[in-house]
Amino acid sequence: MSPAVVRVFYHTVVAGLIAAALLLSARLYLGGETLVGAGVLLVTALAAVTYLWARAYTWRYLFPGLLGFAIFVLFPLGYTVYVSFTNYSSAHLLRLPQVVKYFQDETYLASDAKYPFALHRVGGEPATYVLVLSTPGDEGARYATRPFGLEPAPAAPVPATAENTAPDSPALPLRDVIALRAKLQPVSVVLPDKTVLTNTGLREFGPRLPLWKHNPEDDSFTHVQNNSRITPDAGLGRFVLAADSVMGKAGEPVGPGFRARVGLANYTKVLTDKGIQGPFIRIFFWTVVFAFGSVALSLAVGMTLAVLLEWKELQGRKIYRTLLVLPYAVPAFISILIFKGLFNQNFGEINQILDALFGAKPEWFADPLLAKVMILIVNTWLGFPYMMIVCTGILQSVPDTIYEASAIDGSNAFHDFFKLTLPLIWKPLFPLLVASFAFNFNNFLLIYLLTGGGPDMVGAATVAGQTDILVSYTFRIAFRDTAQNFGYASAIATVIFLIVASLAWWNLKHQKN
Amino acid sequence: MPLRASTLRRVKLAVAHLFLAGFLVLTLTPFLMIIAISFRKGDLALGALIPAGENFSLEHWKYVLGIPYEVVDASGQPRVIQAGTPVLLWFWNSLKVAVSASALIILLSGTAAYAFARMRFALRGVLLKSLLVLQVFPMVLALVALYALLQLIGEFLPWFGLNTHPGLVLTYLGGIAVYIWMIKGYFDTIPVSIEESAKIDGATHFQAFVRILLPMSAPIFAVVFILSFISHISEYPVASVVLQTERKWTLAVGAQSFLYEQNYLWGKFAATAVLSGLPITLLFLACQRYLVSGLTSGGVKE
Repeated sequence: MSPAVVRVFYHTVVAGLIAAALLLSARLYLGGETLVGAGVLLVTALAAVTYLWARAYTWRYLFPGLLGFAIFVLFPLGYTVYVSFTNYSSAHLLRLPQVVKYFQDETYLASDAKYPFALHRVGGEPATYVLVLSTPGDEGARYATRPFGLEPAPAAPVPATAENTAPDSPALPLRDVIALRAKLQPVSVVLPDKTVLTNTGLREFGPRLPLWKHNPEDDSFTHVQNNSRITPDAGLGRFVLAADSVMGKAGEPVGPGFRARVGLANYTKVLTDKGIQGPFIRIFFWTVVFAFGSVALSLAVGMTLAVLLEWKELQGRKIYRTLLVLPYAVPAFISILIFKGLFNQNFGEINQILDALFGAKPEWFADPLLAKVMILIVNTWLGFPYMMIVCTGILQSVPDTIYEASAIDGSNAFHDFFKLTLPLIWKPLFPLLVASFAFNFNNFLLIYLLTGGGPDMVGAATVAGQTDILVSYTFRIAFRDTAQNFGYASAIATVIFLIVASLAWWNLKHQKN
Repeated sequence: MPLRASTLRRVKLAVAHLFLAGFLVLTLTPFLMIIAISFRKGDLALGALIPAGENFSLEHWKYVLGIPYEVVDASGQPRVIQAGTPVLLWFWNSLKVAVSASALIILLSGTAAYAFARMRFALRGVLLKSLLVLQVFPMVLALVALYALLQLIGEFLPWFGLNTHPGLVLTYLGGIAVYIWMIKGYFDTIPVSIEESAKIDGATHFQAFVRILLPMSAPIFAVVFILSFISHISEYPVASVVLQTERKWTLAVGAQSFLYEQNYLWGKFAATAVLSGLPITLLFLACQRYLVSGLTSGGVKE
């Protein structure tokens, strides 16, 4: 291919991708996602500069990777930090404008006037319907709507006028109306005199009026029937009563919560709320013990095996190495679940063997201490092969000559290892141990699949388990607890990130020296 | 006294072998047990540990492979069981996700590593370091954001939304920092002079990269591909939140559904574990020689 052809091809591809991105940005903008649309537009402009401007050549190689990193690492990180300063949770799921709309949409039955209705099916696929309403009284006027669908129900009130005529098809029998009742519920009809009607019974519609009067200057609402005033409380994330009224005392919340910035509340909660403080400190402590214990135990086992397998006179070292590496080769999610089954209280093979030998059936999942012991056993089993591989690699870089002098002195193997080998290999080993500590600090998979954090702590304000580590605790608060407290979960996530990131940063500096 | 010295050594060797053999038993027992359980009749492990005679059954394997089989239920009536759980489909899903994520990760990290290794530009050092430090933010903790992100993407590009495999693959594309470092480290060991002389002969940057550097770096790309494949086929937390319907699940999500407290299918789980663990384990062992260097330099398996 001649360079000219390549250049034309390149420009066509770039232009095509830019056009597609512009289209997406326009669709986002039209779909109401103004900010995201602007973000896509910005990225598109950056891409255009990168791929069309000759001087940005270097960045052509970096752009896709950095973009992926920005969207799926940086954005979630920033979003998490942001959420940690809000009260976002299942009780504060909506945004303020959505809650305002909720109050605007609340209606009450304005009078007991009954507007009998008939429903006609006009056909079409999916079916459309016409509603015919009569005003109360004997000489009632008849109003009909235009045909509308029920799936989904029209969002705005359907106008009914005297000019529209009822279709020729007979009205649906009561049986069919009952079947359609649920779909008819959200439908509202507006008459020429602006009365809004909604379905109130099997045979009639009733007039409804907005329950709240919106005062746009301060976003407050006034109850039409009892004059109670509610104002948004940004700190609480709820609408609250402005003064004592029949609805309750001043300051009492009304309606659904909205997302609000709460400053450092999620962070200080750990210091002030006893129901959170206790479990948090215990979980933090266990996380450190677990991570440290896992590293120490698997290092001890892995190092012993590595040293032993360095012994040249030992036969079959290759077979030993291959087989001992198996726990590392099998995907962790499989081995962890295997252990979950083997340790099972009633059906597990481990308890069957223990029962046959000692007549004991330890409660591995119900007893907090045993659960922790089990976790450390399993994690040592999972982790020692990695340590063995690492130690073997480092040991092989130690020159044999250092042992010759001590062999002449007649010292033993233990003395050699602790006095000669260890000081030599400690330096290259240490950063790997720190990395391993950081990995176990966040070893979600092990805890979540093996015990799920259980057994649960008694008296904790949120879900909290005896074997939960910070990361599994966070996951459960956000996704497995009914309260789904994203704000608090994000605050813990931010703290975890700071801890692990400083370890990584420290390690990076250490490695360079 | 030479005789005594050699006896002592023989005793030491025997002790070492004994210790290693004992350790091998501890290491291998869980695997041997799970293989045995997959061939054992019934889901409640009561009775013999070794499946033989009466106890031996292929029912779990038939179930997992989707072959109909007959059981005699409590009332003595024979009943044909055909698995409703699509284990093979999960396996296929896992393969799809892990292979496409790994291929894309190679593409993204390979090009970025080239720029970091061969070009000099502002922010180079800072970017390289921040990539590594920021990468430690665990995906589990990013789930709230990833969920919201996929929900939004799904509204406008339904193929990439929640409960889709492309959407899951997208979320995996953030995890490239470690691989960028590994590939860059390898590029650094290849002398620049070959590419330079090609450029003197008129090759462009891109041609030098694709025609000269890439073929020479095939080993590191193999290592990155396998490491990424293994880590993504085992990935659980993100997949469990993104993939919501059973037929979309990957093995990692599906396998644990056999061990629900109220529906404990130990035998079926065992067959699934052997079926899915075996190929991945063999792949790992086959490539072990190449992987070890990558593992020790790239930190811990995720």
